[in-house]
Amino acid sequence: MQIQPTVLTETGMAVCTLCILLVPLVGAGLALVNTGFGRGRSAAHSMLSAACVFAVAVLVFLFIGFAFQGYAGEPSHLLTFRGRQWNLVGAERMMMRAVVFNGSPLSLVACLQLFSVGIAAMIPLGAGSDRWRLGASCASTALLAGITYPIFAHWVWGGGWLSQLGTLACGNGAIDAGGAGVIHAVGGIAALSIVWILGPRHGKYETNGMAIPGHNMVMVTFGCMLTLIGWLGLDSAGAMLFAAAPVNRIPLIAVNCVVAASTALLSALIVTAVQFGKPDASISANGFVIGLVSISGGCSLVSPIEAVAVGLVAGVLVPFSVEWLDRLGFDDPSGSISVHLLGGLWGVIAVGVFVQTRPGQWLAQMAMVSALLGFVLPLTYCLNLLLNRVYPQRISKDGERQGLDMCELGSGAYPELAPVTKDYLYR
Amino acid sequence: MKTAGFLLLLAGFVIVLSAFALLSSNTSRAVFTLSGIAVQLLGLILTFRAHYTLNEEH
Repeated sequence: MQIQPTVLTETGMAVCTLCILLVPLVGAGLALVNTGFGRGRSAAHSMLSAACVFAVAVLVFLFIGFAFQGYAGEPSHLLTFRGRQWNLVGAERMMMRAVVFNGSPLSLVACLQLFSVGIAAMIPLGAGSDRWRLGASCASTALLAGITYPIFAHWVWGGGWLSQLGTLACGNGAIDAGGAGVIHAVGGIAALSIVWILGPRHGKYETNGMAIPGHNMVMVTFGCMLTLIGWLGLDSAGAMLFAAAPVNRIPLIAVNCVVAASTALLSALIVTAVQFGKPDASISANGFVIGLVSISGGCSLVSPIEAVAVGLVAGVLVPFSVEWLDRLGFDDPSGSISVHLLGGLWGVIAVGVFVQTRPGQWLAQMAMVSALLGFVLPLTYCLNLLLNRVYPQRISKDGERQGLDMCELGSGAYPELAPVTKDYLYR
Repeated sequence: MKTAGFLLLLAGFVIVLSAFALLSSNTSRAVFTLSGIAVQLLGLILTFRAHYTLNEEH
């Protein structure tokens, strides 16, 4: 059975368009967060990488990605097994040639997806901070936007087999209104793969190693606040297009987003205050973002009290996971794995826990988690590993010591603060 | 060890897929799905462990 596309009223189309126009603010916020968590000598490189990665993601998705993603009710490749059709991948025309940009749900999905894929592509930048080459991050993004993201997005948002599970008495099929799984968990998986491939920064885990704090916490916290504005648009537009939420559900979505983020921020702050004696600004800021990530899955379907519970779990999760991953040797400067991967997975599971419109919803959500771990993770890792063989992704040791700004761009973000030594006169 | 971990991640996914493709009752599907996820968790532990060991060696 094929999943039917969402029908929007004219008001719905107008509101959805306005919400989509807010979404780039999520990308701007994430770029600031990633840059603030990195070293000052790689700050300009980090911001430029965010812009380049966004641009590559948009173009690759326009040319080939959307063809694989498609939308419910549009052409797709099916596999028939035991008399049942499994919708595997979209079969749209390349370069969005079949999309008529007239405000229809298909055109709104195409527009929202261009921004969403850009956001997903920015997530690994924080994990590869201070050591990921600009060209390699663009090439890795091309793989994400052209292969991994569209296939998984089709399964959940494009009428694919995960969304079809509702016909097998598994609730309404996999639900991910705002992209906890499709955007954040997929981006977080890319971040994990990049951390595996790049390895830690020099000096981080050596005998006389030390913690390397972010260079600008003002940038980080301002980035978090900026993401909130974009998030309201992202979750509202996603809920209308992928979870059939009516326009009058937007106030609930806004309340849930703010409530989950606030709860997660405060719980992360309290946990770190208990752990370290004083609240930790970086982990608390990550708590704010993980709250937004985890509520995305069921933003239009849970009550504000349930949003508090979602945010509370997420906020408690982040300090422990950041510390635990650090001990295991995962050098993730911006906490992208904890915030986006773990937060995204919890967001997907939370829908199964709290949304009980039809029995069996949790099974569909667990199938989605399994697909993320069993399909997206191996595929992303293998693609990046192959890329690393062809085009090494990590900067040289000398380049890392100088900073990516000097090594790759030839000038720094804060030239008046840079000491003039032979190291910095490299180019 | 990392390769074995990835194979377990894939195997768990295949178990979950089989549950939905071959079984009809939600109870048996739930058992298979949870088993598949458990296999995937083992795979994750193995891949994380491999990364940790590699870091320790360096």
